[in-house]
Amino acid sequence: MPLPRLIPCLDVAAGRVVKGVNFRGLRDVGDPVELGAAYSDRGADELVFLDVAATVEGRPTLVDLVRRVAGRLAIPFTVGGGVRAVGDAEELLAAGADKVAVNSAALARPELVTQLAGRLGSQAVVVAIDATQGRVQTRAGTTATGRDAVEWAREAEARGAGEILLTSIDADGTRDGYDLPLTRAVADAVTVPVIASGGAGEARHVADALEVAQAALLASILHENPDRLGSLRDELRELGVPVRDAA
Amino acid sequence: MRVAIAEYGAGNVRSVALAFARLGAEVDGDVAGADLAVLPGVGSARAAMAGLRERGLDEALRERVAEGRPVLGICLGLQLALDESDEDGGVEGLGLLPGRAVRLRDGRVPRIGWAPVDEGDAFYFAHSYAAETPAATAWSEGIVAEARAGTFVGVQFHPEKSGAAGARYLAGVLGSCLSRV
Repeated sequence: MPLPRLIPCLDVAAGRVVKGVNFRGLRDVGDPVELGAAYSDRGADELVFLDVAATVEGRPTLVDLVRRVAGRLAIPFTVGGGVRAVGDAEELLAAGADKVAVNSAALARPELVTQLAGRLGSQAVVVAIDATQGRVQTRAGTTATGRDAVEWAREAEARGAGEILLTSIDADGTRDGYDLPLTRAVADAVTVPVIASGGAGEARHVADALEVAQAALLASILHENPDRLGSLRDELRELGVPVRDAA
Repeated sequence: MRVAIAEYGAGNVRSVALAFARLGAEVDGDVAGADLAVLPGVGSARAAMAGLRERGLDEALRERVAEGRPVLGICLGLQLALDESDEDGGVEGLGLLPGRAVRLRDGRVPRIGWAPVDEGDAFYFAHSYAAETPAATAWSEGIVAEARAGTFVGVQFHPEKSGAAGARYLAGVLGSCLSRV
């Protein structure tokens, strides 16, 4: 198996990186191009960019901003938020994304996942699932679907998703630790890699998540101090997690 | 140094172009004329081979190798260089490397993430198929990481996405093109 991955996540609204708690109370934490470059230079294993306002505002992802972020990266780059069609995804790949993440549009039209995998290859298709109490929410966590997160993850895999990005809305921004039972349930249900998201507050939380999932998404814990990525890696190594030596 | 990227209408070629530009190379699409031609790889084998044929790039790449001029294949670009791939129900490859691409059987697939190559630096991989070839020159977790035949070199990892280690690898490829002159 490849090494466990640490993936900083830039939630972007109105051109700025924002962070909230339980998807609410978003505050400005920085410039996406500068933060993205800082994480790439500091040894992040990948970067995720989520345009959290695109679906709610009914517009496509900010392609030009994606292009500027991509221009500064030497690591894999996943972009999501507002991807509604294969054409949207192709535009993002042409701008420098390596993978696209789909969420609301895939819930509304699951065949979109099949189409994306057929056109781009499964390795470029991430299905993002936002869940609360094990149930899937859509439209940036604003709308309940009633679908079971584990069952939706299984369907997404069957349709060609190459990774599942699982965010616990309950844990998001709390810094109280990842939702391990939910993450374990999804990881046990699929054979594609799972990225755990929501709740990282300290190295122990990340180590616990990486026992269950193949990658951990990081946001609140890093954005105020991108140098934290380096010390976090050292602490994870002391906890026995074989994170990459990025020298 | 001129580097040409064989564009066949799929995937992210911008990151490959950026990685070579950062190393001081001029990047264009002149596959026949460049000092190094790069066959990038994202997408499915069948669509990629069709795209190469439509643009005459299959012949251009074979000619380069026949003339003893360097070609670098990345990820699917390595798999397309083989005799055939099991992907998409079976696809005939370029035949630049002996062997075939077979579906990964162990662990989570796609195999995504950083993994050491020959106990050295870790590089970024993202693939569901891998080469089975007698021309392997480097390995990662039992999987062919690099293979060479004549002036073709293929890598299963993405050097353009592998940070400092990837940049060092690409600089080495450019250096070996220079020393061929």
